[in-house]
Amino acid sequence: MSSVATRSRRTGSTTAGRRLKWWQQLILQAICLFIAATVLFPVLWIVSMSLDPRNISRPTELNLIPPGASLQAYLQVLDRPTANPVTFAELAFNSLRLAGGVSAFALLIGVSAAYAFSRFRFPGRQFMMIAVLAITVLPSVATIAPLFALLNSIRISSTIMSIILVLAGLMLLGLTIFAVAPAVRLGSAGPGNYFFGAIGLTISLGLIYGGLSPARSEVFVLRNSLLGVGIAMVSGALPFAIWNLKGYLDTIPRELEEAAIIDGASPNQVFFQIVLPLATPALAVTGFLGFTSGWTEFFLSWQFLTDPKDFTLAMSLYNMTGQYAGQIPWSRFAAFSILLSLPIAIVYLLLQRYIIGGLTLGGVKG
Amino acid sequence: MATTNPELAAPTTSASRSALREGWKQLRTPLVYLLPALVIMLVVTFYPLAFQVWMSFTDYGVIKEEGKQTLNPFGPGGTTPPNYRPAQFVGLKNYLDIITNNPQFVARLGGNFDFWRLLTFNLWWTFSNVGFHVALGVIIAVLLNVEGLWGRKIYRAIYILPMVLPNIVVATVWRNMFDDQYGSINQLINLFITPFGFDPVQIRWFNQIQDPIPGIGLPLSYYAMLIANIWLGWPFMAIVATGALQSIPKEMYEAASIDGATDLQQFWRITLPLLRPAMVPAAMVGIVTTFNLFHVIYFMSGGGPLGRTEIMVTQAFKLINVNQLYGVAAAFSVIIALVLIPIFLITNKISRATESYDV
Repeated sequence: MSSVATRSRRTGSTTAGRRLKWWQQLILQAICLFIAATVLFPVLWIVSMSLDPRNISRPTELNLIPPGASLQAYLQVLDRPTANPVTFAELAFNSLRLAGGVSAFALLIGVSAAYAFSRFRFPGRQFMMIAVLAITVLPSVATIAPLFALLNSIRISSTIMSIILVLAGLMLLGLTIFAVAPAVRLGSAGPGNYFFGAIGLTISLGLIYGGLSPARSEVFVLRNSLLGVGIAMVSGALPFAIWNLKGYLDTIPRELEEAAIIDGASPNQVFFQIVLPLATPALAVTGFLGFTSGWTEFFLSWQFLTDPKDFTLAMSLYNMTGQYAGQIPWSRFAAFSILLSLPIAIVYLLLQRYIIGGLTLGGVKG
Repeated sequence: MATTNPELAAPTTSASRSALREGWKQLRTPLVYLLPALVIMLVVTFYPLAFQVWMSFTDYGVIKEEGKQTLNPFGPGGTTPPNYRPAQFVGLKNYLDIITNNPQFVARLGGNFDFWRLLTFNLWWTFSNVGFHVALGVIIAVLLNVEGLWGRKIYRAIYILPMVLPNIVVATVWRNMFDDQYGSINQLINLFITPFGFDPVQIRWFNQIQDPIPGIGLPLSYYAMLIANIWLGWPFMAIVATGALQSIPKEMYEAASIDGATDLQQFWRITLPLLRPAMVPAAMVGIVTTFNLFHVIYFMSGGGPLGRTEIMVTQAFKLINVNQLYGVAAAFSVIIALVLIPIFLITNKISRATESYDV
């Protein structure tokens, strides 16, 4: 019955089943247009302001396309967005490292835990799942106090820190090669292998880069570094990743895995060669959601970081807003916020179908 | 739960040895998969949470009146710095200070703190927002589902915009839109009223202390943020509702209209009851999100005027960022968790999210 209903609905929506009277159409169109106007108003306002060439500090009138529109504000923002002597690229690189590192790490660690929760029955499973879910409900602001105190007390000499970073990077690099190379040589590497390989390679190179770049001060305070902020963010990002991935894995039918087990596949083979390739969209979405929250993370970095060289895009956005803006023209604020949201918005639209499925998943499954 | 092994509890007989082995066998493979995440979470999630509970019973933090102090016991060369201030156990003082609004404590925070007002406002903020989100989401989803409506695809593409933009950008942009001098909202209002001979207004959205609607004790900044957050929140509900609407078989409406039900009756008797299973969990997600919605409050009103639009999470952040009272902030965070637990349990119950997955 349901398949019949689906078909009739699909055809019904393309070829109008019943026609609306002209006045009904008119009223509905008016309402829809009004809603569209309210949705678009802030977006258009910010776009038109970013194109304002006059460099006036504040807008005084509404106009869709300001006279003499130009991309000057964007150029200024790219060069030096705030009063601090850092370029947009440096800020973006900090945000990118933070968001990319945290989401990749959470994904890598989280996916196997999600697999365990989704596919195995073991004592204590329910308890652990509730613990993970409860953390995702707790706001991350509510964990700043202990994270700040704990990370603040970890201080070591910068030289030792560099050595640790390089060693950790090399170890991870070796591990990645060790895990991925055999499959590649045998020609049996699937997307899952490449995925893990790419993440491992990126993180290890990042660690080595961090270790080799010159230290800024003698004592390395973990709290006052992007690494510290990253660790604090993993605290909330990992439970979220586990939970989100578990929701997706639950929807993947188990027949394929059962067939593989009957054919004699080990749990590891099932995980790497069947579950991971099937979970690619889920990994993409969870990684993206983690990336977004890292890209726009504000309060941890605002509380932890003191060196302008470490500042992120979100922190700079706050510096440009409202009464804190000082003399920074709003055209620059507008350009900055557009540059900040553009990458997120584009990827969101591309992954839209999967993201929305995932957001409602936890609830709709009953 | 069916999967816990009851035999694990019974020891010492020879049969129980094999039961133990059975239990271990059951646990071994999942444990390997869980181990990395468990270790990391123990270190960076659960240990800090336990530390937080300890902190909440101490006066951890610096006291500005006593001069420059440090919380770090490890100085250069491994010696303790002279201005190091060890945390002292104060028992339930932090909790009592917060809950009873101890005047001395309130004065330290600048005089605008009132825990019960804060909690009430936070709850009201949550439910008023989610109410608007769900109602608007359902109405707009139904509107866009009307057959024969032109441009449905275009509207759907436009309506998703608020979800696509990062929260932090939405909040800062609306903050500037509600600016009293240069904001576009005031300019828009003036655009409509000046042709009728009214003087241009300059509404001080975030600073006006006087309540706009007498009798309702909510400042103007609440309404400004309500508007911004409605803009931000309804598309999600509309998407959830659209998905649920499309799974309602059309035959039901056909049968109803043959029986003589009007459109309005069909909406109340068919659409709404069938939307409920999808909307209730979505509303619960919305409630938790809105309760903890840091960005909108912190970036728009900053809690003003006079701290009256502060919510729990922004206050917790200020306790650390402005007041540097880590112990109090820890106690405050524990209170947040205590408030959230019932909400979480209800959510969990309704969506049955941690239930075992069985095909």
